[in-house]
Amino acid sequence: MPSYSLLVNGRRRAVEAAADTPLLWILRDHLGLTGTKFGCGIAQCGACTVHLDGEPARSCVLPISAVGTKRITTIEGLSPAGSHRVQKAWIAEDVPQCGYCQSGQVMAAAALLAKKPQPSDADIDEAMTNICRCGTYQRIRAAIHRAAREA
Amino acid sequence: MKRRAFFQVGGTIGAGLVLGLRLPDARGVMPFAPNAWLRIDTDGTVTVTSDKSEMGEGNHTALAMIVADELDADWSKVKVAALPVNPAAWSREMVTGGSTSVRTSYEVLRTAGASARAMLISAAAQTWRVAPGECTTRAGIVSHANHRLSYGELATKAAAIPVPENPPLKDPKDFRLLGTRVRRLDTPSKVDGSAQFGIDVRVPGMLVATIERSPVFGGRVKSVNASAAKATPGVRHVVPLEGRPWTGVTNVWGIGGENGVAVVADTYWQAVQGRRALQISWDEGPTASLSDIPGRLAALADQPGVTAKTIGDAPAALARAAKTLDAVYTVPFLHHATMEPMNCTALVRAGECDVWAPTQNQTRAQQVAAEAAGIPKERVRIHTTLLGGGFGRRLESDFIAEAVSLSKAVNAPVKVIWSREDDTQHGFYRPATFNKLSAGLDAQNRPVAWTHHIVAPPILTKFGPLDNGIDSTLIDGAAELPYAFPNLFVDQLAVDLPVPLGFWRSVGASQNAFVVECFFDEVAAAAGRDPYELRREMLQAKPRHLRVLELAATKAGWGTPLPPNRGRGIAISEWEPTTCAEVAEVSVAADGTVTVHRVVCAVDCGPVVNPDTIEAQMQGGVAFGLSAALYGEITIDNGRVQQSNFTDYPVLRMPGMPVVEVHIVPSTDAIGGIGEPSVPPIAPAVCNAIFAATGHRVRRLPIGRLR
Repeated sequence: MPSYSLLVNGRRRAVEAAADTPLLWILRDHLGLTGTKFGCGIAQCGACTVHLDGEPARSCVLPISAVGTKRITTIEGLSPAGSHRVQKAWIAEDVPQCGYCQSGQVMAAAALLAKKPQPSDADIDEAMTNICRCGTYQRIRAAIHRAAREA
Repeated sequence: MKRRAFFQVGGTIGAGLVLGLRLPDARGVMPFAPNAWLRIDTDGTVTVTSDKSEMGEGNHTALAMIVADELDADWSKVKVAALPVNPAAWSREMVTGGSTSVRTSYEVLRTAGASARAMLISAAAQTWRVAPGECTTRAGIVSHANHRLSYGELATKAAAIPVPENPPLKDPKDFRLLGTRVRRLDTPSKVDGSAQFGIDVRVPGMLVATIERSPVFGGRVKSVNASAAKATPGVRHVVPLEGRPWTGVTNVWGIGGENGVAVVADTYWQAVQGRRALQISWDEGPTASLSDIPGRLAALADQPGVTAKTIGDAPAALARAAKTLDAVYTVPFLHHATMEPMNCTALVRAGECDVWAPTQNQTRAQQVAAEAAGIPKERVRIHTTLLGGGFGRRLESDFIAEAVSLSKAVNAPVKVIWSREDDTQHGFYRPATFNKLSAGLDAQNRPVAWTHHIVAPPILTKFGPLDNGIDSTLIDGAAELPYAFPNLFVDQLAVDLPVPLGFWRSVGASQNAFVVECFFDEVAAAAGRDPYELRREMLQAKPRHLRVLELAATKAGWGTPLPPNRGRGIAISEWEPTTCAEVAEVSVAADGTVTVHRVVCAVDCGPVVNPDTIEAQMQGGVAFGLSAALYGEITIDNGRVQQSNFTDYPVLRMPGMPVVEVHIVPSTDAIGGIGEPSVPPIAPAVCNAIFAATGHRVRRLPIGRLR
């Protein structure tokens, strides 16, 4: 079985897995990083969103063999002790309900704000393609604006 | 009943104070033994143990707030403990559904907090040799003149004080937490990835399973060639799994689950590869010819059903009416589509069984696990994780049976994970229904008659044969109309179908509010009346309905001008005793695309625990109902579900989310639930707004793109 050396949340991790194994399952099953969630398996819902060199990526369709040398950041590595401004804004707006999709939502929002510090509603509509079945969209929007304000 | 019957001091703890509480069941019956706990540790930590699953509605925070307010606890030291693991020793059914968590716990949790507070005061007063009545409490401290002792310091002494017979409850004006916006206790863990859902469970030595199930309901495995699957790296076992009927025998909840073949491997991805290598030949059985269910229901349009409700003589009144109108309304099957796909982890060993599950139904899960493991239910421990959405899907226990059966078969802990496709195609669906309605107006355009014929497959056969042929869920919101029609007739024709059905957030009200509130709008239009004004007129005997209707209309600016091509629609629904009214503002583009811009929602749920949570539930319920209204449709062809993932079962996303404005009626009426009431009104509010904007009546869901 091929082996890979990944840089995950600033740590070098060695993994042995089939080349087509999606990064999602490497994170969850091999590295025990379960904050990144399985939702659809076809890059539709965004529950599996992580950052690759700071860009949002759907890890459920990304084979480990395609990661290369890119830096992987998961929800566990976004900030020490949940202190990222997006996480703080999420708490201030009490965004989550069931919470299952929120790791992906937070990662998508953090990537958006890194690129566009003051996103418009249209920017949010375009970037935030993640699904939330509890319907927290209104609060996600408010929390992104809050994070932008409080940057 | 005297309140003292509810409480006893716990006996097994060395230090601190533990009060056992007795929570009534859904019928108000009080159990013999405690079924919830309030614990105050010597470090001042206050822990509330309840029996309710947290699936997103914020009930854990709400239950803790209720205790903490009467206790005058330091909110920063309040925690909610994991649910008890032995439902058999619990004295009410451990089940979370029907928007009942807060309303079945409210009084008793208040009284528990007040009792504990009185005991802490007594302990302090004894210590200081002062009168208890001269002591005050605030934020976890008892004070008297210059004396101060914390609840932690007093807890052990307080445990020796007799539980007060009738502790005074606060005047609601003295509440410090209740009625205020309190942040949820579970939010921090849900933004840093540390929250533990069922799918996150890890047990030493655990294997992971995926299951290829019969694509046709009730199909059987004719033959399987598993050699390629077994040769897949990481695959440990290939195990045939037997399905179970979803229908029940008298008062036993059917389990459901298809026949299939499980592939058990070291990791999920390896299991998936093994599953892809399976070669299965199916005996699809008789259901393989099941298609066109809507047509099958429609064919029974004129076949009489069982009478569900009669007032006056509706047929005669229709015959006499100056004007009559008729319409047919239909709704499709719907899927829950929780974000967390079904999953369960089980370990069967040495006559015992541990189950880790995101379940809404611990009591049934324990029974099902015991049956599957072949051991007494008392030997089964149910460890409830957080639920990545429930919406009624996790009231079922099919995924429990699968995990336990597999663990037993392979003699190792097994986590079963469903793919999104598995989840979509093997659900317990909201029934599709066919509705034929008629109404009559007299010469003065007053509504005088209403008839409603419902044809649908019944959900309640999951508990065995129907009582008198009536499924009460199918007539919810249709038989007990709030409107004062002098003549009314509602009947129901239950049609058994081999399609697993279940409780979908707001259940029968989810379809009946659409049918009833849209046809009522048609009646108003036929009478030449404003739909809001006619509702007001016919709800005069329903003050709780009127309050939300008028508040929603006022806040929405009912009757004020709108931009061109926009329309407003109003609808109301009751989730007893909560009432909810919504006004939707909608536009329809030239290509038929429907956009919902704004929803004004008014709710009367009685006493308010956490207004922020109520607001979140109203917003979330609107989004959930709007997903279904705009897009939701499960179709069945040749006995199999045709949809598979979010590509062909689309749901609402960010751009489609309207601004939802929530208004809570100040109310001292009976406390009601909040998880479901905002779902039913949204479909009719939107469809009535489409009519206002375009003159087009939507009588079939989903709305899709209008033509």
